[in-house]
This record gives sequence, structure tokens and C-alpha cells, in this order.
Amino acid sequence: MVAFIVAIGALYATPNLYGEDPAVQVSGLRGVEANVATLDTIKANLTDNNIAFTGIVLENGQVLTRFNNTEDQLKARDVLDDKLGKKYSVALNLTPATPDWLAVIGGTPMKLGLDLSGGVSFLMEVNMKEAINKAKVGMVSDFRGDLRNEKIRYRSVKEDGNAIVVKFRKVEDLEKAQSLLKKRYRDLLLRTDEDTLTINAQMTDQMLKEIREYALQQNITIIRNRVNELGVAEPLVQRQGKKHIVIELPGVQDTAKAKEILNATATIEFRLVDTEGDLSAAINGRIPASSILLKEKDGKPILLKKRIMLTGDHITDAKSGFDEYSRPQVNISLDSAGGSKMSNGTKSNIGKPMATVFIEYKPTDRRDPEGNLIFEKVQEVISVATIQSRLGKSFRITGAGSQTEAHNLALLLRAGALIAPITIVEERTVGPTLGAENVQLGFQAILMGFGLVFIFMIIYYRAFGVVANMALGANLVLIIGVMSLIPGATLTLPGMAGIVLTVGMAVDANVLIFERIREEIREGKSIQQAIHQGYDAAFSTIIDANITTLIAALILFAVGTGPVKGFAVTLSIGILTSMFTSVIGTRAVVNAVWGGKSLKKLSI
Amino acid sequence: MQILQLKETVAFMSYRKIAMIFSALLMIASIASLATNKLNFGLDFTGGTLIEVGFEQAADLKKIRQVMADNGFDDAKVQFYGSSRDVVIRLGLREDVKAEMLGNEVLAILESGSGQKVDMRRIEFVGASVGDELAEQGGLAMLTALICILVYVAFRFEWRFAVGSVVALFHDVLLTLGLFSVLQLEFDLTVLAAILAVIGYSLNDTIVVSDRIRENFRKIREGQAENVINISLTQTLSRTFITSITTLLVLAALFFRGGELIHGFATALLFGVFVGTYSSIYVASLVALALGISREDLIPEVIEKEGEDQEIMTP
Repeated sequence: MVAFIVAIGALYATPNLYGEDPAVQVSGLRGVEANVATLDTIKANLTDNNIAFTGIVLENGQVLTRFNNTEDQLKARDVLDDKLGKKYSVALNLTPATPDWLAVIGGTPMKLGLDLSGGVSFLMEVNMKEAINKAKVGMVSDFRGDLRNEKIRYRSVKEDGNAIVVKFRKVEDLEKAQSLLKKRYRDLLLRTDEDTLTINAQMTDQMLKEIREYALQQNITIIRNRVNELGVAEPLVQRQGKKHIVIELPGVQDTAKAKEILNATATIEFRLVDTEGDLSAAINGRIPASSILLKEKDGKPILLKKRIMLTGDHITDAKSGFDEYSRPQVNISLDSAGGSKMSNGTKSNIGKPMATVFIEYKPTDRRDPEGNLIFEKVQEVISVATIQSRLGKSFRITGAGSQTEAHNLALLLRAGALIAPITIVEERTVGPTLGAENVQLGFQAILMGFGLVFIFMIIYYRAFGVVANMALGANLVLIIGVMSLIPGATLTLPGMAGIVLTVGMAVDANVLIFERIREEIREGKSIQQAIHQGYDAAFSTIIDANITTLIAALILFAVGTGPVKGFAVTLSIGILTSMFTSVIGTRAVVNAVWGGKSLKKLSI
Repeated sequence: MQILQLKETVAFMSYRKIAMIFSALLMIASIASLATNKLNFGLDFTGGTLIEVGFEQAADLKKIRQVMADNGFDDAKVQFYGSSRDVVIRLGLREDVKAEMLGNEVLAILESGSGQKVDMRRIEFVGASVGDELAEQGGLAMLTALICILVYVAFRFEWRFAVGSVVALFHDVLLTLGLFSVLQLEFDLTVLAAILAVIGYSLNDTIVVSDRIRENFRKIREGQAENVINISLTQTLSRTFITSITTLLVLAALFFRGGELIHGFATALLFGVFVGTYSSIYVASLVALALGISREDLIPEVIEKEGEDQEIMTP
């Protein structure tokens, strides 16, 4: 049984012995999936250019091509990037060279953390305050619209804390409004005060929670899209806690581009340009009540209507291209709700200019009393275009400047409009040389620690020391096997330290047992009795000691992030496997070698 | 082979006054140092930017500082990291520049300033809010760990042992923090992990000793609590030493071979294991003894209950 489990552990540990093949990964962008046709195109392109490849597979909408060396890999990347066009991202990748028979039974090598493989990781924080603010602003305008449509007259609709307060002039209006709002907004807590003629609509905790959850999910989705556009192999986008998102981009060295795209936490709004308002008066501070004063890209002030025609969250797609006069343009598609809003907003405004406002939230170093970062809202008019006709679900913006500018505009529009702005709060980049060095150092430390303990145990316990060392070796194999088997487990440098520490502590169980056996022999028990008693007496101690350590390790795992988590993973696995190898494993060996014989002396 | 061949029981507990004074002094010193020197918190907790670069030839720190100051980074802390070709530059949180763009900017400055090809080894940027959260989480983790362990030990042994082991853990953590404060070693996330590992290790030791004390209270019918504890400590002493030796051996491997990144980690554990070994002998048992542990507390009452049952069944 023991041999069987160790053999399985060894089997799943073997993929780590095979190296990695240089590969190129082709994946579709924005809804496009790589398919058999893509695979054929890639094959044809590679053969045409005389680039040899060792394997090509279509998996999860991605085509992975393996090469003999990095030279071929780089050549292939350039060729494919050129030929496949904008619909696909072409990324360099290192794919484990696990043999097929191992891959079939689920054998994969351990995943290496960024500190070992090199790459960049970001921690992003979602601005939840802004998410809730936006929800409130949206609700205020929804209330107004609903009341207006039902011809219910109101004095004012305002937000107040986490509530919306509606004031009326007449009791009849109040009553009508109450039944209307009750029907439409079941999640809100409505309180009516007939004396002051107000309705107070309070957002419930459940609702606030949902808003936060949605803001986080939306950000994760959008970041995934953006990360895909970066063309990185095996990126990781994951939520962490209530308002953080972890992004790991292995192998990325040029972090500037990654950050620009990730950091463009922007929203888009379309507004009409206020052509009647007095611009020079507005510059001097007398801004009309229904307008706002913003700046264009070149710094020129411009007066816009306060009412927002459309917000960017209705945009489903945006592409740059050329119009019939070969001028750069951006084609925009909207969802159906956005289409009808746009149609309503433009029908009576044909011939008037419409501005696209780009809103960016830049983090400042100031914080509010609750300790959240304060964001500065930077608004900029990125394009002003004349409405040529009544616009619908799809329309285009021309005159966006150069081709690059049109491309950037499209990218910004397309990257989606975030409900809540996000900001990078942590960033860690590890260069490839340091990563490789860390692997080497960690490996050396494990070998050296292992060797020292090995020698010590043999000197101190002789034959039994050899048994303990066998257990130690089996333990190491099992840790690696289990780490390779668990999909989420990643090996990091602190994780390697965890393995080293386990090696040192794993012999503790054997030390306990062996010392006990020695004690029993000293007390004059027979050899067989001493072995038996030694194992029995030490067992409960070993269990207690390991369970308490496991508690500490599991808590580390639960609350820890990054390096701490990596350490906790190997430590927990190590505790479990070491209990198995050093108690059950050594017992089996001891019984096989010394069991059933009448011995006068024991090599311990 | 045997390192310790003890024929007679060592009267550990007769030195308890000295041990108590010794521990108390160290703890007071740690608290005093933590209060005055504080901890030298690493980037993980303070926030800021850290850039590790590798030069082709030995770097001139003075020149790098000058170049940095010339470009407006006069708060840059420049240090060697492991070798004279590896340099670490630390910058505080700043308002003017986009913090996350800083790393690349500094790289460019260094390349043009030194005329050498600079190898980017590592850039870390941590915002201020993250640090606060981490500190909070780390403290919380330690507290939860201590409480869970207290509950488990109280459940398995007896509350006096539980209090004893938690006091021992507290003692170890405090002294390790004290060491980091006195020597002003950098306290980062990996060190925090190491301290939690120290908790695990020291606990391991304490449990083994407590287990033996419990066993001996049952076995040895006569004798004072103090005597029983002395016997137990003597019996477990060689195991305590050997396990400490093997653990210290692997930690030495980590310390000398593991590289700069886990130097702090290895330091905390080396010291922690050392203190943990001492505390499992003196602090934990001493507290249990001071709280008045006695045979009655540890002898299970189950046996008597079984006897009662039998009487009822055979009238």
C-alpha cells in the first residue's frame, strides 16, 4: 500500500523532469475563436516560410504550435503576427514537454509562480464608492423619467446618503408616485411622509452588496478582455477579497504597455455641444445652469449640455477603419437600449455637434476618512462630430484625427465603460534572470538541506537513520507529486523555503519514534516490544504536534496572499505527506526488515 | 550515536527563577525596542517603489545616488543587494509622478547615467492602502492562529497547558519581533510567514513536552508536579535537541544558499527555532506549573464512570 501511494506520487512528479518546449499560442480576440481553419492557415504559413514545428494542436479556442528552438519560435511569431491580422493575438509561450502517456492521465508539471518564472503581477482596487455613486445618479434620472412619463408632477428628486428623496407639491401626486415606485423598484425601502410630502427611497444592504459585486465582476470581465488584447500566454485574472483583482502576466517584461492598457480606467459619455450658451462668459465663471465647461484635447474650452445622451456602458463594439474618402473613422455599435436612447437623443438634433467625453479616474495619494483612495475625475472631450442623421444602434465618428488616434479612440471605446474606476495598488515585476536565479537558489537550498539532514540521520541513528531518510525521500517525491496534481497550487520561492523547512521538521516524527524505542530498550524491554511500544507511544504525540502546526499553516493559507500563500501551500502539503511517510512508511519498512525476528541488538 | 546521555533527571524547574527573570528581561527589552525603534517595515507594508537592477560591472553607489538626485529623486535609498553588482533602489510614495510608471523611468535614468547596460531584475510597487490592509490581515492571522491553537490544546490537554503553550508562543513571537526591531532588519511579508511558521514549530515542541508530562503524571504515582515535569523534560530533551539540530541544519542551508530574497525569512526562523526550543522547556511548562497543574487535572475520569456503569448493570 505504502509503495503504491509513493509510486503514484512519483508518477505525477515525473512531468517536472521533462523540460519545456518553445511554442506560439494563437488565440482569438473579442469573440473570435481560433478554429480548424485558423489551424490550417497557421500550418500553411509556417510551411511556406520553411519554419519547422514539432506539433500543433487546437485546444479551448487556441492554437498551440511547438518548435524545436526559440529561433524558430520567434520567426514563427513574426510571420503569424503579420499574416493573421488583428483578430488574433499571437503570443510566445513555453509549453511543458510532458509525454502524451503522462498527459493522458492528467500529469502536468508544477506551475511556477511569477518570482520563479519572471513576469509581472498587478493588484487592482475597484473604487466601490464611485460604483454606488453612479448607481444613485442613475436612479435619480430613472425616477425623474418614470415620473415624467406617468405625468406625475414632483418638486425635486435628490440623493441623500444612501437614499433618494422625492418631494411633491400635492398629496395626490405623492400617492400616485408611491404606488408607481413600489411597483417598479421592489428592492428599495420606501418611506412616505405625508406631512412633508416626501418619499424616501432607501437602498437596502442587499442592493448595495449587489452593486459592489457587479462592479467587481464587470471590472474582471473588462480586464480579461484587455489582457487578451495584450497577447500574453496564460494570463491570470482573479478576484481577491471584496474589492481587489489580481492580474498575473507571466513572461511580460515591458510593463509600460500593459499598464497603459490596464490603467485606462475610463468611461465614455456622449453629450450635445451647447451652441447657444455664451462660451466667453462661461470661461469667466458664468456657466449656464444646464451646461458644463470642459476642455478639448488641445486645451480649447468647450461648453456642453449637462444632460448625458448616452453612457459608454451601452457600447458593444468599436472598430477603427476608413471612410469612403480614406479618412480614419471609428465604427460604434450599441446594445438595443443604447440604440433607442441614441435615436431619441439625436432625432431633433440633426446638424448639431455631439461631443464624446472621455472620463478618466486618476488615483491621488489622498485618502478619505475611511482609508479609501480618493480619485480625481479628469474629463476630456476626445471628439466633436456633427450629427448627420438620426443615429441608431450603429453609427460612426469621422474626423477623429490620424489613423493611430482613431485606433486609440476605438480601443478606448471598446475596452468598455467601467462602472467603477480601478487603480493599480500593487505591482511586482520579476526579470527573467532573477527568476531563473531564484529557481536555482531554491533548488540548491533544498538539496543542501536535504543532504545535511540525510548525513546527520545516518550518523545518529545508523540503520534506522537510513529508514528515516527513505521516508524523507518519499516525502519529497510526494510533495512534488501532490503539488503537480492540484491545479491551483503554484510553486514560489517562499514555497521552496516551505519544502526545505518541511524536510527539517519531517524527521521530527522519526526522531520521536526512535528516541522512544531507545528509551524502551534502556528500560530492558525486548527489541520487538520496544519497536512496537515506540511507535504506539509516539503516535498520539505526533498527531497532536502535526495538527497544531497544520492549524497554523491553514490559517496562513486562508488569510495570506502572494508569497505567504505559496509558503502555506507547501507547508500544509508537507505536513500531511510527512505524517504518512514517517509514521506509516517507516513502520512498513521497519516491519519488513526487523519484524518477526528475535533480535539481541538493534542498529539505532 | 548519542549526544546526550543523561543518567539522572535534570532539575530544570529549580532554575525556574533565573529562567523567568531571563525571559522577562528579554520580553521587556523587545517591547521597549518595538516601542522606540519600531519595526523596519518593508515595502509590503509601507508602500512605495523598489527597483532591483543588475549592472555589468561593480556599481558605484555614490554615483547612482547623484544621478538619482539630479533627476529629482533625492529621497532614493540606494543599497547593494547581495553583491556589488546588484543594487536596490527604494523610493517612497510620491504625488507628482504616476507611481506605477516610476520603475521604467528610473531604469532609463540609470542606463543613461551609468553608461552601462542595466538589467532589470525586479520592480515592486505597493500602494499605501495595500500596506495597511496587509498589516491588519497579518495581525489578524496571528491572532486567529493563537486562538485556534489555544482551543485545540485546551480540548486535547487541559487549559493550564493551553495557556502555557500560548504564553510560550507569544514569548517566541515577541522575541523574534524584538530581534528584527533591535537589528532593524527589514520586516516584509515573508518574515511574517516565517513568524507564523515559528508559531507552528514552537508549538510542535511544546506539545511533545506537554504530552510527556501528561503521560508521566499518569505513570508516576508519587512525586510532586515539579518532579514529574523535570523527569518529562529530561526524557524529551534529546528529541528536542535532535529535531532542533535537523531544523537548524536546513535553515542554515536556506540562510546561506537561499539568496537575498529569503534571507529575512531564514533569519526569523533560525532565531525563532532557537527561542522556540528554549521556551518549550522553560516557558510553557513553567506557566503550567505556576498555574498549579497536578495529577488530578490530567487523570481522565472515564475509568471511574465505566466502573459505575458495570455496577448498575450487575446488581
